[in-house]
Amino acid sequence: MIGDIVAIPWVVVLIVLPLMGGMACFLFPTISKSLGLMTALAIFTAVGGLSWQLVEEGAQRYAIGGWGASLGIDLYADGLSLLMLVMAALVGLGVSVYSSGYFSRDKANHFWPLWLFLWGALNALFLSADLFNLYVTLELLGLAAVALVALAGGRGALTSAMRYLLVSLLGSLFYLLGVVLLYHSFGSLDIAILAQRVEPSPAVWAAVGLMSVGLLLKTALFPMHFWLPAAHASAPAPVSALLSALVVKASFYILLRLWLEVFPQTNTAFSQLLGLLGATAVLWGGLMALRQTRLKMLIAYSTVAQLGYLFLAFPLATSCAWTGMLYLLFSHALAKAAMFMAAGNILRYGGHDRIADLDQVAQRLPLTLAAFSLAGVSIMGLPPSGGFVAKWLLLEASMNSGQWWWAIVLILGGLLAAAYVFRVIGYAFTQAELPHEAGVVPARMEWTALVLAFVAILLGFISPAAFELMGIGAPFGVGCAG
Amino acid sequence: MSWDTALPLLIVVSSLIPGLIIFFLAEKQVAARITLNMLGVLVKLALAGVMLWGVFHGHHYEVRLPLLPGLDLVLRADRLSMLFVTLSTGLWFVTTVYAIGYLEDSPHRSRFFGFFSLCVTATVGLALAGNLLTFLLFYELLTLVTYPLIVHRGTEAARLAGRNYLIYTVGGGALLLLATVWLYTLTGTLEFTARGFLSGLDAVHHPALVVIFVLLIAGLGVKAALIPFHGWLPQAMVAPAPVSALLHAVAVVKAGAFGIVRVIYDVYGVEFAASLGVTLPLAILASVTIIYGSLRALFQDDLKRRLAFSTISQVSYIVLGVAVAGPMATIGGLVHLVHQGVQKITLFFCAGNLAETLGIHKISEMNGVGRRMPWTMAAFTVGAFGMIGAPPLAGFISKWYLGLGALDADQSWVLIILVGSSLLNAAYLLPILYTAWFKAPPASWPAERFFGRYETAWALLAPPVVTALLTLVLGLLAFAPFSPLEWARLITSREFTP
Repeated sequence: MIGDIVAIPWVVVLIVLPLMGGMACFLFPTISKSLGLMTALAIFTAVGGLSWQLVEEGAQRYAIGGWGASLGIDLYADGLSLLMLVMAALVGLGVSVYSSGYFSRDKANHFWPLWLFLWGALNALFLSADLFNLYVTLELLGLAAVALVALAGGRGALTSAMRYLLVSLLGSLFYLLGVVLLYHSFGSLDIAILAQRVEPSPAVWAAVGLMSVGLLLKTALFPMHFWLPAAHASAPAPVSALLSALVVKASFYILLRLWLEVFPQTNTAFSQLLGLLGATAVLWGGLMALRQTRLKMLIAYSTVAQLGYLFLAFPLATSCAWTGMLYLLFSHALAKAAMFMAAGNILRYGGHDRIADLDQVAQRLPLTLAAFSLAGVSIMGLPPSGGFVAKWLLLEASMNSGQWWWAIVLILGGLLAAAYVFRVIGYAFTQAELPHEAGVVPARMEWTALVLAFVAILLGFISPAAFELMGIGAPFGVGCAG
Repeated sequence: MSWDTALPLLIVVSSLIPGLIIFFLAEKQVAARITLNMLGVLVKLALAGVMLWGVFHGHHYEVRLPLLPGLDLVLRADRLSMLFVTLSTGLWFVTTVYAIGYLEDSPHRSRFFGFFSLCVTATVGLALAGNLLTFLLFYELLTLVTYPLIVHRGTEAARLAGRNYLIYTVGGGALLLLATVWLYTLTGTLEFTARGFLSGLDAVHHPALVVIFVLLIAGLGVKAALIPFHGWLPQAMVAPAPVSALLHAVAVVKAGAFGIVRVIYDVYGVEFAASLGVTLPLAILASVTIIYGSLRALFQDDLKRRLAFSTISQVSYIVLGVAVAGPMATIGGLVHLVHQGVQKITLFFCAGNLAETLGIHKISEMNGVGRRMPWTMAAFTVGAFGMIGAPPLAGFISKWYLGLGALDADQSWVLIILVGSSLLNAAYLLPILYTAWFKAPPASWPAERFFGRYETAWALLAPPVVTALLTLVLGLLAFAPFSPLEWARLITSREFTP
């Protein structure tokens, strides 16, 4: 029995399931909600199966159709892919449950196929073993995401969707140019093969530059973050959650794979530059979040800041720093999804998300407020939470390497986060009348946000086990698991 | 899992679980809420009693859960932690009774009592913390769960007080975090050890250790309301009286003072800290705080505000006691951790009673209030004399040992501080007593309410009377076994070579 579970090619299941589910939702729109929820559950289970497989047998390589690398398409799963897949599965399940209460019927008909399509693209991206395949999945992901942003309707949403589309295409284009250069020089796009063949040369540097710029644009690293706040804030709440929690992480994942495996000869100047941009993003994003008058914009700028933290690991470049950074990425996904969902609930209930008038709403939605606050704890990096564990490891790495200035950035970023999170929470205790009739917020929308936020807190207690799973196949070296 | 590992966990969880359940109770489920509250209190008291007995007989209670690579969440009961656990559990008991009476029929009680329980959970957790990481975790948790209590009233003033509280405490927490990580990268351990774990470190790192010490003290000093980090405390008096009790006696400022004690004893070690030359500046800072707090208290007409400045001054006795770095002064500082708590909570309960029963908030409104509320004012009087340090009350014991310790350690200047501050204490507390007992009462009180048989509701009256009696008993029976004084001697005997 156990042998059977391990023998199933879960990597393929994880890609096929969401695509088939999306197709089914498209063909049978009347039952798309139940189909979508069932697919989400199935994907969640499949990720469980894959983790079992990885624990039992170590990192997996799967050649589709048996063709093998350089000709066919290879799928590869190690601890890093698993982390991303688990993240997508947790947030994805949450978003699915939330959306089943959020969307009206006609919106839901568009939402489910697009969302499952996006999920499929994400899973495929996290499992791809070659650079061209990564390009294809990245492009699919971008298109699905743009369509979802436009789902909100209205002039504002369409404008930001359009801008998002252009940025997305531009980013992929840069990436593709880099891929072409690499293929021309080394005759393969398989990550493992390239890792053996790549040697420093002008062509390689050009490729690194092009691909990085494209991916950084999509990851919205400061100063290329200009498109993110509008796009993330104007989308419907569950879509905002998806974009901030998962979609921006996809291009970052590719960047990380390239950095860790294809071009491991760390270029100090470039990594310092990334760190510097990350630090600027942390501070700038935090300051901008403080200045927002709308809740969803505040949360979106918080994403800009949190993405900045991820880049602090590049100049540190130790196993501990990578681990901490990835844990941050993981807990941020859960916390940020919870935050956007909470904002969605508030918007639904009160009809607005003006921070100064939140006292009318927050008090009447205690579960939502609890979700926002718990998520805030992780975003601020206060203990006990996943965010704290991550920040601790990053702090430790920067003190250990003598680059204490990154520690200062981490601390300041935490203070800024506390400032903008409590700016919202502070209004929850003052009393005010709601000027018009309240909207209905289904219980499942409140509970999903709370459960996701709670998982972000829970991550503060299970990090040793999580690090062990992340370390399968040693994607970022060893030496931090304790 | 044996009892020895289960007990420290259970005592933390015993208020966590009721607290979490209370959040989900409806506002009108009063009976269920009170039952849960009291159940939590009684279980915690019983567990504290068992552990106190066990620790006295050399029992070892410890539990470890892996939290970070190479670092555990450690809950361990030693003598010092039991001093704080017993204090906060005991005072939590009376404060809960008081809060139930105080908040009768006010809105959001489920939210209030939920966070109230979490607050004591965090306090007991940080008392039992076996390493600096665990301490940090509960210290930050305490910040977070106190905030909703401070802004509980929901007024604009409460919101601003809460904001100010956060600016100070979150900033302090950040400094503490930085210092903790730095210390960890230097030593590879954060485990609290009797006489510290740093003295073996290479002399190259000594300047760094001094900087870390400053960061730690700044981070902890925020909660202990050391100058210049005291600004949040007087402002936080907009919170309801039970919360003031919690801030001033049970949890928050005590957490800061307790942390400073831990850092000096179990991280640096008194003797090593003294050799680094960091204890004298700390003693001076504490002295300045003592005098400054008292001076400011003189000029407050708002009763709770005057008491708040008095706390700033009184808590620094604890810091002063450990910073003088001699065994006698240490005893005085540690025992004051308990004595100050019992006395100050009495005063705040009484202030709350005056506000709730008669609508009195200012000292200038207190003319002749002793005749209307004799029990309350009697309790207040005992607490006030304790604060001044009159024998045979608890405060006298603390000051006596502090003075002895200062002479013992050849730091006679401390004596001047003690005498000066006692005079100041008398100067800002005695006029209150005079006003209350000897001036003629006005024709009517600002907002009088009647509660039948007693001068006020029994749940409001019993707690201050009990703690006032305790002030007396702690002073009279200072040498009885299990008294705070004897316990402080036990702790001290571990820290100093005889």
